[in-house]
Amino acid sequence: MAAGHEHASTRFYVAIAVILAVLTALEVMVFFIEALRPVLTPLLLIMMAAKFFLVAAFFMHLRFDGRLLNVVFAWGLVVATGITLALMAVFGRFS
Amino acid sequence: MSELAPVTGIRNRKLAMWTFIGSECMLFATLISTYMVYRGRNLIGPYPHELLNVPFITVTTFVLLMSSLCMVLALAAMQQGNRRQARFRLFLTAALGLVFLVGQFYEFNHFHHEGLGLSRNLFSSTFYILTGTHGAHVLGGVIWLSTLFLRLGSGPIDAERIETVEIAGLYWHFVDAVWIILFTLIYLLA
Amino acid sequence: MNSQPAGDRSERLDGLNARARAMGQAWKPRLAVVADWMTTVDHKKIAILYFLSGMTFLLIAGMEGQLIRVQLAQSELRILDPNLYNQLFTMHGTTMVFFAGMPLIIAYFNFVVPLQIGARDVAFPRLNMFSWWLAVFGGLFLYASVPLGSMPDGGWFAYTPLTNREYSPGRGMDFYVLALLLAGVGTIAGGVNFVVTILNLRAPGMTFMRLPLFTWMALVVSILILLAFPPFTVGLLFLLFDRNFGTHFFDAAAGADPLLWQHLFWVFGHPEVYILVLPAFGIASEVIPTFSRKGLFGYPVVVFSGVLIAFLGFGVWAHHMFAVGMGPLANSVFAGATMLIAVPTGIKIFNWIATMWGGKLRFTTPMLWAIGLVSMFIIGGLSGVMHASPPTDLQQTDTYFIVAHFHYVLIGGLVFGLFAGLYYWFPKATGKMLSDKLGKWHFWLTLAAFNITFFPMHFSGLLGMPRRTFTYPSELGLDGFNLVSTIGAGLFTVAFVPLIVNLWKTLRNGEPAGANPWGAPTLEWSTGSPPPHYNFAVVPRVQRRDPLWHPWIRPEEEEAGDHEDAGPGGVEPRLQPEVAPEPVVMPSNSWWPMVMSIGMLIATVGGLGSLETTLVGAAITLVGLFGWAFEPAFRDGAGHL
Ligand code: HEM
Repeated sequence: MAAGHEHASTRFYVAIAVILAVLTALEVMVFFIEALRPVLTPLLLIMMAAKFFLVAAFFMHLRFDGRLLNVVFAWGLVVATGITLALMAVFGRFS
Repeated sequence: MSELAPVTGIRNRKLAMWTFIGSECMLFATLISTYMVYRGRNLIGPYPHELLNVPFITVTTFVLLMSSLCMVLALAAMQQGNRRQARFRLFLTAALGLVFLVGQFYEFNHFHHEGLGLSRNLFSSTFYILTGTHGAHVLGGVIWLSTLFLRLGSGPIDAERIETVEIAGLYWHFVDAVWIILFTLIYLLA
Repeated sequence: MNSQPAGDRSERLDGLNARARAMGQAWKPRLAVVADWMTTVDHKKIAILYFLSGMTFLLIAGMEGQLIRVQLAQSELRILDPNLYNQLFTMHGTTMVFFAGMPLIIAYFNFVVPLQIGARDVAFPRLNMFSWWLAVFGGLFLYASVPLGSMPDGGWFAYTPLTNREYSPGRGMDFYVLALLLAGVGTIAGGVNFVVTILNLRAPGMTFMRLPLFTWMALVVSILILLAFPPFTVGLLFLLFDRNFGTHFFDAAAGADPLLWQHLFWVFGHPEVYILVLPAFGIASEVIPTFSRKGLFGYPVVVFSGVLIAFLGFGVWAHHMFAVGMGPLANSVFAGATMLIAVPTGIKIFNWIATMWGGKLRFTTPMLWAIGLVSMFIIGGLSGVMHASPPTDLQQTDTYFIVAHFHYVLIGGLVFGLFAGLYYWFPKATGKMLSDKLGKWHFWLTLAAFNITFFPMHFSGLLGMPRRTFTYPSELGLDGFNLVSTIGAGLFTVAFVPLIVNLWKTLRNGEPAGANPWGAPTLEWSTGSPPPHYNFAVVPRVQRRDPLWHPWIRPEEEEAGDHEDAGPGGVEPRLQPEVAPEPVVMPSNSWWPMVMSIGMLIATVGGLGSLETTLVGAAITLVGLFGWAFEPAFRDGAGHL
């Protein structure tokens, strides 16, 4: 587990970081483009989620690690997202 | 800890860190919920759109992202037993974290000058506590990584130590991942 | 020594020195014992510490409850000043939930879980001690408000805006906020510790479907702790900042919504009540099968409903807020979810009953408490389903009907479960049997006192007796019900006497228990009573859900294939050997958890308004943290055999 082999090569990690950087640049570009205003929110949320999962899956090695860790993280994440959405709904943020 | 191999095949400390991260999700979710619920309910200025500086924060965001890359590479170097490289990359991670913090300090200071004290309005309350809690996490990480960097000056690079770096890395990446969300929700969706 | 004639001065000095030395020597072992308890990392000792601190706070809060009842004995009494009354019910509720209930369940986790899964300790022994220190310091900090005359008075759920600086100008609510922040850190640490312990330290063969029910519930509760406490921590942080640093999280004048606090509180608060009651369910699920001599009926279903409760528990919080005007849609959604969660709860009750059905029942003291739990919880559960419906709740909320409901689940569920567990595991912890006769006196008297106190509250509540109000007009015609309730509350004191006598007598000269006095099926009963420091001389191998009801199989025999299946009670289980065949290394005691928690306590005290104190505290905390991190868990010469 902890010892021994490397999960992936340096080049691989750099590639992930490049994707993350590009996504961030895209996010900021989208933010400044007037024409995209109507679809801004979904676009940004999708890119945000993509970045989040890239970090979790590759930098935090969830892709390569035991299933149990995925379950532990997913449980926290699902409840957290659910509570956030529920609270926003209760306070009328979606209507 | 125990002399028995853990049943799950995941060592205690690593499992503990993941468990803790699961719990931290709720911490940040609550802070984020509050921010989102109160967004746009500010009654007196300054308002977010007058202050938030997207280009500036993009730079510090990029810095934090690069620190995550350094972190993952530091772990890789540890696993190859390359002490010099591992130490250098750990140092770089912590240093980039520090740069992020300096950026945050500068930002807070600037807002303060613009009239946004902590107790100014609803925006100041939610903004400072949310980003401040994140900043406190970054600070904790910087201290932790610096300690690892210093301690790695001597002694063997054994499984135990590799694991320690791995766990610190998990924490660091999580803090970075939280920032990914905050960056979008606070700055881009303003 | 005195009889010796005094010689010259130096001779007398020698004598004095010798006496001082002798005194010092007499003290030394005692000091060593105290130091050992302060630095211990043994889960069994930490369990005892948790139990003692929790019991102390239970007694204090119980007395507060009785004082409340004295004031309410008749209408328009003026025994307590209204302000003091507010402080008393706030302290009563806060103490019961956070400093009696939580520490007591964690006491049981600590003692039982490692033994049930065949482990030698928890995953992080020092962290365990750290959690205890913070629980105690949190309680002490809360009670420091008593001599200062400024106890919190905003109710245990501290609703804003009532608890904002504007309406609670005193220091009281700051004590509440800071004490709970401090204790909360320890609780979350405990949650991490138990999740890792249960997932990782299970003995070989102890699969999830062989895990004893109590341990299952400990796992579920730890997960609930991890997910429920952070929202509360954040809410407390907001309140702290609103009160002391001028932020506006709950300030309607700044555009905020004070209702947010209620939401954050109940996002935590509802899972919290499951945190308190599921361990009691776990205890019942151990005790009932043992004394029915029958495996738990529908084990997987009971496990699954426990997990389901943990998940659904996060979707029902707003049923505490039907009356605040969330609108019909939100009310209906939360009402539906609430009724849904009653289903897994009901399933458990049917499973316990089905376990007893056709079993060889033995009505020992623990069994009586467990049966008491099931029956009292049914009453509390039924009144709960009643106010799951918003129209009904609008009639009942903030009346004594609610007080009756939650005491039926908290006393009838939690406290009865804790006593069942006490009588059940006391022989394991001390090696001595509590008297069954006194135990039964304790049970029947408590059952009577409890019902006399709280049953009439259903009626007084429905007739309009308001909650959290220091008195009521005589025109309401509630004097009769209230007097009965107050008499019952007094009876609780009488009911406690047999327990104290029992503990006292048993600890002095109780009958030796032996390894498995109840003929119970789970692993904790295979080792000595009290268990040796290392719990298990050889690490057990588990092949079944109820290993001690079957011949206990050793690895060699399994390989040789010479074992056979026997039904429940067929063959005497084999016990742990007296001495460990190989040396066992156990973690060493440590001062650092204490140092770190003292630092955090000091930082918390500073939260009352002194930045310097907070910084000093933070510095000590950091020293403690580093000392801890650099101290090896196992140190030379600390191995035990
Ligand atoms: C000696 C036994 C007890 C008595 C006589 C007692 C009595 C009372 C009474 C009369 C109230 C209502 C005060 C009011 O609304 O004006 C109350 C509230 C409460 N009790 Fe108890 N109680 C007892 C045990 C317990 C236990 C064992 C627990 C929990 C483990 C508990 C938890 C609470 C809570 C959470 C409240 C609500 C406090 C608030 O409104 O902020 N009580 N108790």
